[in-house]
Amino acid sequence: MKIRKHNHTEDKAELQMTSMIDVVFLLLIFFVMTFKISVQEGDFNVRMPQPGTAAAPQEQTSLPLNLRLRADGNGRIAEIILNDNSFGQDFNALNQYILSYVGGTDGPQGEDSPEVEIDLDYNLRYEHVIQAITAVTGQRQGDDIIRLVEKIKFAPTRKGE
Amino acid sequence: MKIKSHNQAKAEADLTPMIDMVFQLIAFFMVLINFSQSEQNDRVQLPDSQLAKPAEDKLEFPIVIHLTSEGTVIVGGDETGVEGIRPLLGRELEVLRLEKKTAADANIVIRGHRDVAGGRVQDLIEKCQAMGFEKFALRVKEEPR
Repeated sequence: MKIRKHNHTEDKAELQMTSMIDVVFLLLIFFVMTFKISVQEGDFNVRMPQPGTAAAPQEQTSLPLNLRLRADGNGRIAEIILNDNSFGQDFNALNQYILSYVGGTDGPQGEDSPEVEIDLDYNLRYEHVIQAITAVTGQRQGDDIIRLVEKIKFAPTRKGE
Repeated sequence: MKIKSHNQAKAEADLTPMIDMVFQLIAFFMVLINFSQSEQNDRVQLPDSQLAKPAEDKLEFPIVIHLTSEGTVIVGGDETGVEGIRPLLGRELEVLRLEKKTAADANIVIRGHRDVAGGRVQDLIEKCQAMGFEKFALRVKEEPR
């Protein structure tokens, strides 16, 4: 005799999805909340040993370029002067001048490149200082960066002027 | 006569595509999450520069100093004026000494707010120089193109 077994296991096996979905949504919310689009960051390296120490460069291979940045009352750039040449407020003109000074893109780089000393008014905004450093240290052409002046240093602070 | 209806069966949605999507989203956010944000401070808005490019080699012993728009400095979560930075840097020097390094080996990463007076940055550099630090990195962010 054939016994027909009523078999419960023939039913579709079901997983309890609810708890997994709960956890997965929590994870999703965590990642969405902590997500922050971060922009690329870079550094300008400045090597400035304490004057008078053994690490300080004893001899200058070439005369340093003196970059004077004047600020107006609000801390904005008023005038850019490089070795007595005034560039007004035009950082691009400064960049072009530096490019021709170091001899174009094939000019000396690294250790042989000239040194720029930045002499700024105390209240000049840091943003403009960075603009000046950008104009002096290189030029971006497409995705490539051409390095112009590698060595930068700051002149003593002009406080109370 | 009582008719047993099939509609009484539990209605079930097919969850598979939704779970697939959700896992994809989680994978996306996991890959993009940036854990290096501990270096950042919300109060500091970096100046931007077209030359900003992540350094190819990592800085040796970086010490991150935030300089806020009010001219105060934040080192490792402690805020003080530029004049009071000595004890905070002294702490970092202790760590360097334990690793048999000197201040000259460390890199001071200056994250200055874009509107802070440039002279404050110079003051900060002078204070660090007085403690023997030599290498400085002025942190900037990429200019939106």
